[in-house]
Amino acid sequence: MEQPIISIQEATKVYGGGFLASSKPFVALDRFSLDIFESQSKIVTIAGESGSGKTTLANMVLGFTLPTSGKILYKGQDVATMTREQRRTYRKEVQAIFQDPYEVYNPFYRVAHIFNMVVRHFNLTRNKQEAQQLIEDALNVVGLRGDEILEKYPHQLSGGQRQRIMVARAYMLRPRLIVADEPVSAVDASLRAMILDIMLKLRDQHKISFLYITHDLSTAYQISDKMYVLFQGTTVERGNASKIIEKPQHPYVQELIDSIPVPDPKLKWDTNITLPSEEVMRMKSSVGCRFYPRCAKHMDVCTKSFPEYVKVEDDHEVACYLYK
Amino acid sequence: MAVVATNSNPKIASRRVSIWDSPWLNSKFVTGGVIIVLVLLFGLLGPLFWNTDLAFTASSPVNLPPVWDTGGDPAHPLGTESNGRDMLAQLVVAIPSSLKVGLVAASIGMAVGILLGSIAGYVGGWPDHIIRTITDSVITIPSLMVLIAIAAYVKMTDTTAMALVLALFAWPGPTRLIRSQVLTLRERGFVRMALLSNVPALEIMLTEMVPNMLPWLAASLTGGISGAILGATGLEALGLGPTRVPSLGTIINNALRSSALVRGMVWWWLPPIIVLIVIFTAFFLMTIGLDEIANPRLRGYGNGK
Amino acid sequence: MASDQKVLELNDLNVHYFTPRGAVIAVNHVNLYVKKGEIVGLVGESGCGKTTVAMSTLQMVSAPGRIVGGEIKIEGQNIVNLPEKELRKLRWSKLALIPQGAMNSLNPVTKIKEQMADGITAHEKISGAALRDKVLKLLNDVGLPERVYNMFPHELSGGMKQRVCIAMAVALNPAVIIADEPTSALDVIVQRVVAQTLLDVKNRLGVSMIMIGHDMGLLAQMVDRVAVMYAGNLVEVGPVGSIFEHPYHPYTQLLIDAIPSTKQKKPLKVTEGLTHDLRNPPPGCCFQFRCPFVRDACRQKPPEFKQMEPDHFVACVQYN
Repeated sequence: MEQPIISIQEATKVYGGGFLASSKPFVALDRFSLDIFESQSKIVTIAGESGSGKTTLANMVLGFTLPTSGKILYKGQDVATMTREQRRTYRKEVQAIFQDPYEVYNPFYRVAHIFNMVVRHFNLTRNKQEAQQLIEDALNVVGLRGDEILEKYPHQLSGGQRQRIMVARAYMLRPRLIVADEPVSAVDASLRAMILDIMLKLRDQHKISFLYITHDLSTAYQISDKMYVLFQGTTVERGNASKIIEKPQHPYVQELIDSIPVPDPKLKWDTNITLPSEEVMRMKSSVGCRFYPRCAKHMDVCTKSFPEYVKVEDDHEVACYLYK
Repeated sequence: MAVVATNSNPKIASRRVSIWDSPWLNSKFVTGGVIIVLVLLFGLLGPLFWNTDLAFTASSPVNLPPVWDTGGDPAHPLGTESNGRDMLAQLVVAIPSSLKVGLVAASIGMAVGILLGSIAGYVGGWPDHIIRTITDSVITIPSLMVLIAIAAYVKMTDTTAMALVLALFAWPGPTRLIRSQVLTLRERGFVRMALLSNVPALEIMLTEMVPNMLPWLAASLTGGISGAILGATGLEALGLGPTRVPSLGTIINNALRSSALVRGMVWWWLPPIIVLIVIFTAFFLMTIGLDEIANPRLRGYGNGK
Repeated sequence: MASDQKVLELNDLNVHYFTPRGAVIAVNHVNLYVKKGEIVGLVGESGCGKTTVAMSTLQMVSAPGRIVGGEIKIEGQNIVNLPEKELRKLRWSKLALIPQGAMNSLNPVTKIKEQMADGITAHEKISGAALRDKVLKLLNDVGLPERVYNMFPHELSGGMKQRVCIAMAVALNPAVIIADEPTSALDVIVQRVVAQTLLDVKNRLGVSMIMIGHDMGLLAQMVDRVAVMYAGNLVEVGPVGSIFEHPYHPYTQLLIDAIPSTKQKKPLKVTEGLTHDLRNPPPGCCFQFRCPFVRDACRQKPPEFKQMEPDHFVACVQYN
């Protein structure tokens, strides 16, 4: 049995609720599990809105915060107990792209700085020529040239260019996994295809897997293999991305897909639908199905405990008492 | 509806905004800076033009009024005081002395502040608690009183010694400032990228954070120098400072002890006060100018240019 | 519904930003109008000039930008050279703005009731119970519960804050509201709520709107007419149905193609961003560097607007 390169096992993150805390503990992520294998590079989408826990998951995978319970294993080694040398390898193989393509640059330095930083601290090359070649290759993969952008300051480039440079930076390390946290949300709709296309290329030609974190199901539909839909920290539906989006089972996922504006003026939103009010949208329960207050089809059993996963079809599971 | 959508390139007379728009050329900062430089040059180059031996006692005739008053002597344009010291010579010697005290004390305070503030902000946890508690306690101590007490016991023989004593109270401000800066910068995207690039903590602080803190550091320094000079002058005016080399505060002290006020010897007690006012105003301008540079929202249009 | 009376007219508007290295032509000879009761969607990529158009309508272009030519008529009155005093009377009472990131422009230390009251009392003499009633009614109009009246901005969610901003914009019954990317920072479901609130408000009050965005899908759901901008120029304008069914300009076609759908998997249409320097636009069509149909004629003379269908105009050499 091949060992997964990343194995997230029942990872849970709880904030607050200590002995001296004034508020109830807040569960940001509840028992999330996922395995990614090296041999089949895949784009796995973690879909959810703000408050769903997806950013918490990204932070845990990247090692910025530790899970309260559960484990994150990298090639069998627990991320929480790594030695410095192991962490260095981990950082090399698991990289990231973030949402805001301006924030990630230090406005003080030119673009070349971020590449030099990586080359130096991972000892990627032996001399300056090799380094330059490595950087140039990485830039070419994303459709840019070194002489166009290396000497510029970040504010002199467009958002699309800055984001592509970040992809090049991640690629330069030849990682096994790239955590892409909303990589196209801050990029214009017409320019998103460029970044998404690069991600597909990296998956197919360079065998790099992605953890694609987003709230936009339409781009997820275009590029992902698998998908996990999160709601207030819990995984409500998971499996093959196309199947979930074409035939959503969980009431929340159905609501989500219905809310995507259809680009056809003849098919307007049904304005007679009563949308949930704000208070209901902000209510947080901590036992049972989190979607209970908003669900049109809720039942008493939904408040007892979190539903088990039910297999709806091959590679498609949902956590909902409506399906038994 | 519309008729023609031309795409001509009208060479509109452009109000060319010039290179003088760089944020560092803030008018307040530059004005203050220029004044300080002029004052400093006065003190540093003064000995080339004026005999500084006249700053010592019994070097000149006593109690001469300035040259524009009756009885004045062009050989002593600003007059002399009752110990036979020439006023102009005293100013030439005193200015660098006072400025030096301010610079040394503020620099030490800044260095300590950078060290403690960075540790507190970056590491957090217990080191942060400890440093913060100590810093906040020291800030509440009335510094002048403690300085007077120290000065009364410790004979400060020269300005360096006094600078060190003043530095005792110069470090809490920078520490708090740098701690809060580091806390903010720690969350910035580029710091996370540095973490992901396996960069060690010290290098992150020096390479990524410090350049983004420069205007604040500079403002803290100019404010600190100003504060240190004030403290030093206060001590000297009370007679607790080093007495060998004249400084602005000791001139005032001498004037007070010799009842210059009552005797109407304006040319004795007024010049050092004027110089102090000029120095403080200049540093103040620099500080608020740096504030505007650091925080673009404070720049008005037409102000920050 | 929409009548034929024009509440807002931009005639040959030109706005330049004067930078140390030359004048950036941000808005180039733009002609646009908004009829009473309709929503016009202004769409284009970042840097195309749409926010500049919005800000110049309110005469709030930030330095070093300046309106260098053209007319802006609100209900027939040209406001380009009005003194600041007159402009202030117009702003909010005839023309309201919901700026980008409006929810972040709420004062964090003041309660909602005071912020809303501020805008109203600056233009109307009203106070006490009458003012309170008016604010409560406005909150109700946008679907917010009464208790929001006494809350602080940080106690509200993003969608609620955005609806407060809508309520403030509507407070004085302006003729035109300009909404600059009103839903960009919001989650999908909340976006639908806010979008429907805007439509609801428009239908009830008969207010006209310019909605600025870059999400064509959202525009399809919300607007009556679409105006497409590229590099400071208006390239196509027409009723929303007509634009989606027959987009004439290659850039409009590109924007529509780029919309990802959840109904079928399409190959990704990759396209480069803005390619030329706005300080030095090329002679001829502004889109020539990116156009898949570019010909020699495109490089020589800029295209003229031609009417292709009722009320549907395009500026493209192919149709000249």
